Amino acid sequence: MCGTSLTFHHDLRMFWGYAPLVGVAQMSKHPATVGQSRHRTSDGKAAPVSQRRPPVALSPRLILLLIVGVVLLYGVIYPNLHVVLQSLQRDGNWSLQNYREILAQRIVLKAIISSVAISVLTVMFCAGIGIPLAFLFERFTFPARRLFATLAALPLVLPPLVGTVAFIFLCGESGILARVAQSIFHLERAPWSLRGWPALLLFHAYTMYPFFYVLTGAGLSRIDAALAEAGRSLGARRARVLTRIVLPQLTPSLVAAALLTFMTSMASFSAPLLFGGGVRMLTLEIYTARQRGDLTLALTETVILAVISLSALVFFQRYEGTRRFAAAAMKGAAKTRRTIATGSARVVAMAFGVLFSLLLVLPVLTLVVVSFAREGSWTTQTLPPSYTLANYARIFSDSAAREVFLNSLSMSALAAVAALLWSFCVAALIVRKRRRTWHRLLSWLILVPWALPGTVVAVSLAEAYGKPSSLAGSFILVGTFWILPVVYFLRFMPLVVRSVQASMEQVDEALDQAGRSLGARWWQRFFRITLPLVWPGAVAGTLLAFVIALGEYVASVLVFVPSNRPISIAIASELRDFNLGAAAAYGVVLMAIIAVSMMVAGRLERLRS
Amino acid sequence: MPLLSLKNISKRFDSTPAVADISLDVERGEFFGLLGPSGCGKTTTLRMIAGLEKPDAGTIEFDGRDITDLPAERRGFGMVFQNYALFPHLNVSENVAFGLRARHRPAAEIKERVKGALELVQLPGYEKRRVDELSGGQQQRVAIARAIAIEPALLLFDEPLSNLDVTLREETRGELRELVGRLGLTAVYVTHDQEEAFALCDRISVMVGGGLLQTGAPRELYEHPAKLAVARFLGRNNLIQVMRLSSSNEGTGEFKTLQGGHTLRVLIQKGELAPLNKPCTLAIRPEHVVLRHAADSLENTIPAEVREINFAGATSTVKLDAGGLLLEALVLQPNAFAVGTRCAAVLPAERISLLKE
Repeated sequence: MCGTSLTFHHDLRMFWGYAPLVGVAQMSKHPATVGQSRHRTSDGKAAPVSQRRPPVALSPRLILLLIVGVVLLYGVIYPNLHVVLQSLQRDGNWSLQNYREILAQRIVLKAIISSVAISVLTVMFCAGIGIPLAFLFERFTFPARRLFATLAALPLVLPPLVGTVAFIFLCGESGILARVAQSIFHLERAPWSLRGWPALLLFHAYTMYPFFYVLTGAGLSRIDAALAEAGRSLGARRARVLTRIVLPQLTPSLVAAALLTFMTSMASFSAPLLFGGGVRMLTLEIYTARQRGDLTLALTETVILAVISLSALVFFQRYEGTRRFAAAAMKGAAKTRRTIATGSARVVAMAFGVLFSLLLVLPVLTLVVVSFAREGSWTTQTLPPSYTLANYARIFSDSAAREVFLNSLSMSALAAVAALLWSFCVAALIVRKRRRTWHRLLSWLILVPWALPGTVVAVSLAEAYGKPSSLAGSFILVGTFWILPVVYFLRFMPLVVRSVQASMEQVDEALDQAGRSLGARWWQRFFRITLPLVWPGAVAGTLLAFVIALGEYVASVLVFVPSNRPISIAIASELRDFNLGAAAAYGVVLMAIIAVSMMVAGRLERLRS
Repeated sequence: MPLLSLKNISKRFDSTPAVADISLDVERGEFFGLLGPSGCGKTTTLRMIAGLEKPDAGTIEFDGRDITDLPAERRGFGMVFQNYALFPHLNVSENVAFGLRARHRPAAEIKERVKGALELVQLPGYEKRRVDELSGGQQQRVAIARAIAIEPALLLFDEPLSNLDVTLREETRGELRELVGRLGLTAVYVTHDQEEAFALCDRISVMVGGGLLQTGAPRELYEHPAKLAVARFLGRNNLIQVMRLSSSNEGTGEFKTLQGGHTLRVLIQKGELAPLNKPCTLAIRPEHVVLRHAADSLENTIPAEVREINFAGATSTVKLDAGGLLLEALVLQPNAFAVGTRCAAVLPAERISLLKE
């Protein structure tokens, strides 16, 4: 358990913290050594000594560049450009009319404002929970610390839709907590309703505080304890050491966490859909506009949402770039966790830990309980009165339901494997190469589909490949099986690229050079040196992309085809039909698959180190 | 004809010049050293020889053929890296066999050669060990075995001993020299440690700031540095600012020290007399400065006062003030002198080098 919890943490740090933002650890490990990173392609001039050398028509590097370029052109550049250009057109003419009309409507303006406001508040709440929690777990030791530390990161892998459903069962008007309150205080009606701003903020805080928790924890563990000791030895008090030494060094982590939280909140869709009440979020507006058939409105709102998300990315990165610390000290003092030893403090810490992890696990437990509830039997009781396996029997025996699992598994697997293969192409092009402008451009383009809300990715892809066009020809993606795998690939390949890239960067560059000096060609070096060393990390990253794709809802709901519905769509439709038990059972099975995958990924991570 | 020949090699990284127009020849069977402070471009030079970097200008010839554009994997040079670069996922014998497998040698031959290479580095029976179970010294030997297993045409070393502790370093040094000599290999050895370079190499090139300053046998470099930078880099030196006197001639030059105004006679070779009326620098090693209790009529004898005595085990450094000229002398018996007493320092003419800037 201990090992797993550690590696599990490591996973999350690795994958959620993506390259440009959490590059501090990498930076200190790989100082940009001048003159070590020139890889020569094998298309050099014919050299006098090489008699056996065949003439090379297409260098491997060129082929890689072609593959990467084509995918980015068709997957990222063209669809997004297409949407932007469409939004700027009115009756075949260029105009800003769409924007003028939409921004004149109070409703859309309100959606923009409430989206941003909710996101800002979410960042604040999450920081308030996640940062102290990270300090508690990183700096102190108490019984079962590791178990709680792992549990605290749990909401990260909970698919948003499943989390939302669990929240409704737990905290909704007719949820378990409301019924408990009703029976205790003998109330006629539910004491609260899970609607609107408070509900959204509560849910966002619950699902997104781990960004702050995990990244702050990673940042804290990176800080050289000797620096704090140096501060103390210079006469600074504890508080001063915290504000002047520890917090400034944490800035990159905190900025990264704030960015992730902000973007995830901007992209949040399931929660506003299911219990947003009157709160208008941009994602929801885009969805309803598309459902109504108002494509122009959907497109224009999509562009607005994309612009806000990308601006946030640029803004945070700018700020973060000014605050980078390369670890100068090599020989760090051992980080010591203070043991909470005194009786009362120990009890308080333990109690807090138990209470907190209970709070975290409660929604999941609720889901499990509801999944065993007999359909229709749960009316006014606090807990479902009778239990049955019928829900599971139904989703496993019903051929349509079985198909849902197969659909999700096959589409996610396709996307994940494609992302893995593609990531190796990208990594071969950019890892350890000298920073050139086009490298930065490449990294940015790869980041774009990840930085954009799922709604935006789905809408732009649907618009770009919905009808024949000049670039795509008569190729139509919408309405085919392939649209979802493609969307999943685009949305989650940045995670895989990130993990492959990180794994590759951790391989000592001298190993490849040693291979060269021993006479191994590039393919021999790739298969005999690089691949054996990076596959655990690469596969762990792929598994993460796979499980996230498995629970994907935001983009799926916009472009899915009835013949291949993914699990998330099935959950939503069961919910709509008030088959609560079946919806919960789907959720539980999904979580089980995710848990197993994450455990495998954790093992692989351990293999790597 | 030299085996390896670098001709006017230059290399820049972005806007920083790393190696500037260097030329050097390595003879067959020679143990050749590249010695210099960190950042002087010696590793870059080695990597260009290996083919891991491509020079911006100049050519590299090996055995009379231009190999400048030949990729590293086709050069057949064995290289030992500073951090050994052993493949962590392969065991000892797989590491040593790597280069042979890349060449698709038959399995029986590979086994034979791996065994032979491990015996040469005194690690017989270590075939199945994981490389991370080995000590630093053993990893070092595996790295050497891996490089010699491919029967390299040239053996390249990039500070291979810098990660070992002092005693192990000296021990490995001796074995390495013996091994390379026994196999009749030619080696290029990069180091920043002058003692190591002196102990290992037949000839050494001193590199500073991307340029080659002086090439020669270790004794020659040590006793007669040609340039100020070489004298500064190779051990402790008394550097004396002087002006040439007009009474000098070929063979013996006469110089007046700027501090203290003493007159020093120096043996000048091959007509390399310094210009008149321009300050220049003389160098003499502290161990060549002879201390006496009283001045006598020997030439280059300077009256001085003992300022400081630093005890350092076998020898002690005596710091002297000779009328403003500060000198250091290395003595075996510091008890003969006391701080504040007067003495005489003899600077033997044949020990003094005239430096070029």
